[in-house]
Amino acid sequence: MVVRLVNAVVMSRGFPLLSGVDLEIERGSLNVVVGANGAGKTSLLRLLGGLDSLTSGAGHVAGVDLVEGDLRLLRRRVGWLGHEGSFYADLSVRENLTFAARALLRPVDDVVPALERVGLGHRVDTITKQLSAGQRRRLGLAWLLVRRPEIWLLDEPYASLDDAGRAFFDDLLRDVLQGGATVVVSAHDPLRSKELRPRTVRMAGGRVDNS
Amino acid sequence: MIKFTQRLLGPVTLACLAATFVLGLWVTPEDRTQKNLVRLLYVHPPIAWVALYVSFGTATIASCLYLWKRTRSMNMDRIAHCSMEVSAVFIVLTLITGSIWGRPTWGVWWAWDARLTSTAILGVFALAYLALRRANDDPVVRARRSAVFAILTAINVPIIHFSVVWWKTLHQGASVLTSTGQLNVHGSMLLAMLLGFVGFTLLFFWLLRERYRLEVKRDVASAATLDEALSLRRREGV
Amino acid sequence: MIRVARIVAVKDLRIEVRSRVLLWQVLPFGVIALLLSGLALGPTQAGNSSAGPGLFYLVTLFVTLLMINRSQAIENAPGTRASVATLGLDPAGVFLGKAFALTVELWITGLVLLAGSVLVLHTALIGTVEALPSILVTLTTLALAGTLYGALTQGGDGPATLLPVLTLPAFAPLLIAGERSYSAALHGGALWEWWVIVVVALVAYTAVGILLYGVLEES
Repeated sequence: MVVRLVNAVVMSRGFPLLSGVDLEIERGSLNVVVGANGAGKTSLLRLLGGLDSLTSGAGHVAGVDLVEGDLRLLRRRVGWLGHEGSFYADLSVRENLTFAARALLRPVDDVVPALERVGLGHRVDTITKQLSAGQRRRLGLAWLLVRRPEIWLLDEPYASLDDAGRAFFDDLLRDVLQGGATVVVSAHDPLRSKELRPRTVRMAGGRVDNS
Repeated sequence: MIKFTQRLLGPVTLACLAATFVLGLWVTPEDRTQKNLVRLLYVHPPIAWVALYVSFGTATIASCLYLWKRTRSMNMDRIAHCSMEVSAVFIVLTLITGSIWGRPTWGVWWAWDARLTSTAILGVFALAYLALRRANDDPVVRARRSAVFAILTAINVPIIHFSVVWWKTLHQGASVLTSTGQLNVHGSMLLAMLLGFVGFTLLFFWLLRERYRLEVKRDVASAATLDEALSLRRREGV
Repeated sequence: MIRVARIVAVKDLRIEVRSRVLLWQVLPFGVIALLLSGLALGPTQAGNSSAGPGLFYLVTLFVTLLMINRSQAIENAPGTRASVATLGLDPAGVFLGKAFALTVELWITGLVLLAGSVLVLHTALIGTVEALPSILVTLTTLALAGTLYGALTQGGDGPATLLPVLTLPAFAPLLIAGERSYSAALHGGALWEWWVIVVVALVAYTAVGILLYGVLEES
């Protein structure tokens, strides 16, 4: 198991974002976390990425203990795509990815091919704040392609994507899964693609609904 | 044994302070130059000692222990928080007793003296520490940030100490016990002063203990609220 | 650590060059504040160079507050914090990189304000040039301290209003030491005490930053 959570609780400012999650995820699987607004989908993804700490309970992700382990180590193993886009708005598309590549000691030569793969080859020198919401999403995906993380955490990745973007995204997921990575996607509704055969994890009230 | 000592803390503190006041006001003689003003010697330096060294020292040590993984616990954060709160009170008292002494001696309530100014700055630090705590609701975030801030504040304490020597302004340097180890206060005056130091130091630990107990009670109450919040949150999913 | 510091510093400076916040917002504020200080002193005092060092440092402190907020705001844009956190950068390197970028920006601002001080407040040019090494070291210390205090205030309630309360008491000894050493360069007097204060603060903030910046990032 790449993820194992036991009664995981995450509190923020006195509010339980997660109220006792029990969850296991197999390596190399595609998991779609669904639920209403405020069900705890984003909080679950943040916990899996080491972006938030456990308040109580236990768990490990990618071999890192969430209570005792080094969360920075975990963060290096995950790729995160948030709703807002994830970049320095005043840097160009290329500069953002070069920064990430240099920080992670990845080859800078991978940057342009990754941008071409996500359809941003013609926007390499555009300042990021000039991109549309959908293009920012694509840039986020390019960032993850450069990073090649073990676990992909994608928070509502279909938002702001047109039909072509969705199809492209499904193709990308297929490649990522074939490469052996684990993917956890949050969405309002179950995934449309039948071909990918994702496992659906339903959340409500800050917990996984196992009923 | 510990409980017995803790129970004695209050009465012993009050006895020491009462003895200081009796000795300071009625038994000790007037000073040749400062006349009755010298009686502030039994109050002002001990309060300043607690404000600048004992309470800030306790807060800094507790903060370091909080940041050290092996000794990390919310108890350390509580001790640091409560020490800083008590410190704020003692700093205000230091400034008030200093002003009362300064008015007849220097002719002004406030002078742009390095030590006065630096003590006031340290007071602002203590208030800033409390403001920082209020700005962060999450207990862990609050504890971490406050601990770092307390350590940063501790950097300022030696600057205050050396400022007296370097800035050479109105405030006198170390005069009771000089840097060469010579003691300049004797007899009943020395006894009153020593009692003052012991009494105010004990007062600090007494206040710290009471404040700490209050904080523990608050945390217990808040934990009960959290359990309720958890159960409400779970019900959202039903 | 140094590798990460270099990457972060280059990124921060590039963002500054691109956004020109320093040029169009911070520097005009500094110049206006310097002019207002002269107006507040009145025509006789404003032309008296003895006020120059103090006013220079006072205005610099206010400008520094703006720049600290700006330096931290870069990291706190929606989504940026989470993605950058997943890079797992060495926090000591991030601290040094951000402090370096802030130092460069403060040096540029300081030079502009010094020129303004010489022109508007009639501070002696030769003395100002002699004071330059101590000014640059003091500004470096301000940048190091500012980077730490900036990280302390991010994410809580009212960070922009909390920052001055936290930083100004810490900046006060630097203000005094900086002003005294600048005055000593202008009018003569002992210098070494002020150097000791600034250098001790510089070493202390560097050490605390390297050791504890990670704690602030984690929170």
